[in-house]
Amino acid sequence: MIPLSHYLIVSAILFGIGTTGVLVRRNLITILLSIEIMLNAVNLTFIAFGRQLGSVDGQIIVFFVMTVAAAEAAVGLAIVIGLFRHRESLNPDAFASLKW
Amino acid sequence: MMDTPFNAVVPMLCVVFAALAVMMAEAFRGRDEQMALGGLGIVGLVGAAVSSMLLWNRNASSFGVIVADNFGLFVTMTLVIVGVLTIMFSSVVVRRDGLPAGEYYALVLFAVVGMIMMATANDLLVIFIALEILSLAVYVLTGIRRDDPRATEAAFKYFLLGAFSSAFFLYGIAFTYGVSGSTRLDRIGAFLAAQSMSDSPLILVAIGMLLVGFAFKISAVPFHMWTPDAYEGAPAVVTGFMSTGVKAAAFAAFTRVFLSAFEPFSVDWAPMIWILAVATMILGTVVGVAQTNVKRMLAYSSIAHGGYLLVGLIAANDVGKAAILFYLLAYAVTNVAAFGVIALLGTRDAANDELRDFSGLWHGRPALAALMTVCLLSLGGLPPTAGFIGKWYIFSAAVSAGYYGLAIIGVLTSVVSVFFYLRVVVMMYMEERDPGLAAPAHVGGVGMVALVASIVVIFYLGVLPTRVLDLAAESISTIF
Amino acid sequence: MNGWLGLVIMIVLAVGYAGVMIGLSLLLGPKNPTPEKLAPYECGMPAVGDARERHSVKFYLVAMIFLLFDIEIAFLYPWAVALRDLGWAGFVQLVTFFLILSVGYVYVWRKGVLDWGPAARVRHPAERKAA
Repeated sequence: MIPLSHYLIVSAILFGIGTTGVLVRRNLITILLSIEIMLNAVNLTFIAFGRQLGSVDGQIIVFFVMTVAAAEAAVGLAIVIGLFRHRESLNPDAFASLKW
Repeated sequence: MMDTPFNAVVPMLCVVFAALAVMMAEAFRGRDEQMALGGLGIVGLVGAAVSSMLLWNRNASSFGVIVADNFGLFVTMTLVIVGVLTIMFSSVVVRRDGLPAGEYYALVLFAVVGMIMMATANDLLVIFIALEILSLAVYVLTGIRRDDPRATEAAFKYFLLGAFSSAFFLYGIAFTYGVSGSTRLDRIGAFLAAQSMSDSPLILVAIGMLLVGFAFKISAVPFHMWTPDAYEGAPAVVTGFMSTGVKAAAFAAFTRVFLSAFEPFSVDWAPMIWILAVATMILGTVVGVAQTNVKRMLAYSSIAHGGYLLVGLIAANDVGKAAILFYLLAYAVTNVAAFGVIALLGTRDAANDELRDFSGLWHGRPALAALMTVCLLSLGGLPPTAGFIGKWYIFSAAVSAGYYGLAIIGVLTSVVSVFFYLRVVVMMYMEERDPGLAAPAHVGGVGMVALVASIVVIFYLGVLPTRVLDLAAESISTIF
Repeated sequence: MNGWLGLVIMIVLAVGYAGVMIGLSLLLGPKNPTPEKLAPYECGMPAVGDARERHSVKFYLVAMIFLLFDIEIAFLYPWAVALRDLGWAGFVQLVTFFLILSVGYVYVWRKGVLDWGPAARVRHPAERKAA
C-alpha cells in the first residue's frame, strides 16, 4: 500500500505547479488551466485523506469540487472571450486600462 | 411554524424561487415586453426576511450543515437589506444603461442566495460552495456591461484572483478534513479542543490557507490587489452590492469558522490577523487619500473598513462579536447608499465618478448632495450616524480586550480617513460647478426612495442603536 | 460466482444487441456508395482544407453547455449506488435538483443557444413561434 505522505507530496507538487502557472504564464487560457490543476491537486488530497480515514466523504467532496470547477471554467472562459473581443489578445499584460 | 428538517433553508429557498422565476420570466418574455423583474426579486427577499424573523430564537438546523441560529439570521437580514436596496438602485440603472434585465436580477438574487448560505453554513464544504455561488454571480455582474472594455477587464481580474484564492481556501479545507476527519465546524471544534495539537503542523497549514482564502474575499491587505480595479471597473451599483454583500457574508463565515472551529488555536491565528488588520487599516486609508476617482477612493475606504472589522474579530470578546454584527449592518447600509448616489449620478455613456464630477452638486441637486454627505459622514465615523456607533463599539471592544495598539491605530486611521470623505463634501458644497461638465443627471423615483430609506436607517442606527445592539448581542450569545 | 452472473448477462446482452443491430443494417439497409460517403467521417462536412482552422464561437457555447450539464450526471452515480438506502426522500431531492437544472436548460433553449441554423440566434423565440 502506498503511504499517505506520497499522495500528499504529489498533490502538493501539483498545487505548486498550478500556482506557478498562474503567476508566470502569459496566456489567459493557460492561466485558467493552471487554476484547474490547482483544484485537481486539492481533489487528490481529499481522496487520499478520505482513504486514510476510511470514509467516502472525501470522494463525495470531490464530486462537488468538480461541479464547481466546471462552472468556474464556464464563467472564466466566457469572460476571456469577452476580453478577447475587446483587445484581440490573450496576453494579460495587454489589459492594463485599470491601474493594476 | 412546524419543525421540519427544511426550516433552516426556508429563507434561502424564497430567494432561490424568486431567482428561478426571474429566469423563467426572462426566457418566455417577448422582445419588447417590460416586466417588473426587480419587483419579483424584492418579493423573494421580503419572503426571506419574514421567514428569518419567524426562525428567530429557534436555532433551526437543516441536514446538520445549514444552521439558522440568530447569528446567521442577523447577517441574513443585513443581506436582505443590501439586496433590496441594490435592486431598487438597479431598477434605475438597468433601464438607463440598457443592461439585460432578466440576467441581471437573476444573478443578483443568486448572489444573495450564496451569501445567505455562506452566513448560515455550518460546514466548510458548504461554505466553499456558497462562496462559489456568490462569487460566480458577482464575477458576471462585474462584467455585465459587455460593451465596456474596463468592466470586462475588471471582471477578469476579479475572476482570476477569486478563483486563485478559492483554490487555496479549498486546500485549507482538505487539510482540515485530513486532520480532523470532518468538514463540519462543530465536529472540527470538538476534535481540536480534545487534542493538544501543538505537534501537528498540518492544522496550522490548514488555518493559514483558510485565512488566505478569507482574506482575499474580505480584501484584507496584502490580498487586496483585485479590489480597487474590480470596484472601479464594475458598474457603481454592482460595486455597492459586492463591497457590502460579499464582505458581510465572508465576514460571517470568517467569524464562525475562526471563533467556533478554530477557537482552540486562537493563540496561533490571532497574531496573523493582527498583522492583517493593521496593514489593512493603514494601507486602505493612506492610499485612499491619494485617489481622485470617488469610486476608487470608496474602494480603498471599504478595504479600511475591512480592517476595522478584523479588529473586532481579534478582540473576540462579547462586545467585539456583537460589534462585528452591528458594524456590518451599519457599513452595509451606508456603503450601498453611497455607491447608489454614484450610480444615480452616472449616465449611459459617462460614469461621472471623478472627484470633479461632484463639484457644485449642492447647487444643482441639493437633496442628493445632502444624502451623499450623510453617507460619507457615516463612513468617516462621525456622530450622530451609524458609522460612529459601529466604530465606537469596535474600538472599545479592542480596548477592553487589551489591544490598545489596535485601538490607537484604528482611531488614527479613522481620523485620516475623515479627510478624504470630507474632500468630497467640500467639493460638493464649496466649489462652483465646473462649466465644462454637463448638469448632473436627474434622479428617478425608486432610486430616491431607496436613498432616503437608507439615510433613515443610518440615523436610526446612529441615534437609537440600543435595540439593534441588543439584537446583535443576543445573536452572538447563542453560538460562541 | 453468483455475483458475476449479472455482469455476464449484461455483457452478453450488450454485445448481442449491438451485433444484431449492425447485422440487420448490413442485411436490410440500401447500399448506394459514393466517394463522399466512403471518405472518413468528419462531422458530415467534406474533408477539405487544414484541420487547424478557427471554429465558430457557437461551438464554444455548445461545448460549455455540454460540460455543465454533463458534470451534473456525476451526481447520479452516487445516488444510484445508495438508491435503496436513501428511499423516497433521496428521490425527491434528486428530482428537485433536476427540476432546478431544467430551469437552466429551458432558459438556454428559449434564448436560442441550441438553434443551429444560420442567423437563427438573432431571431427572438416569440417571433419564431409566429413565423
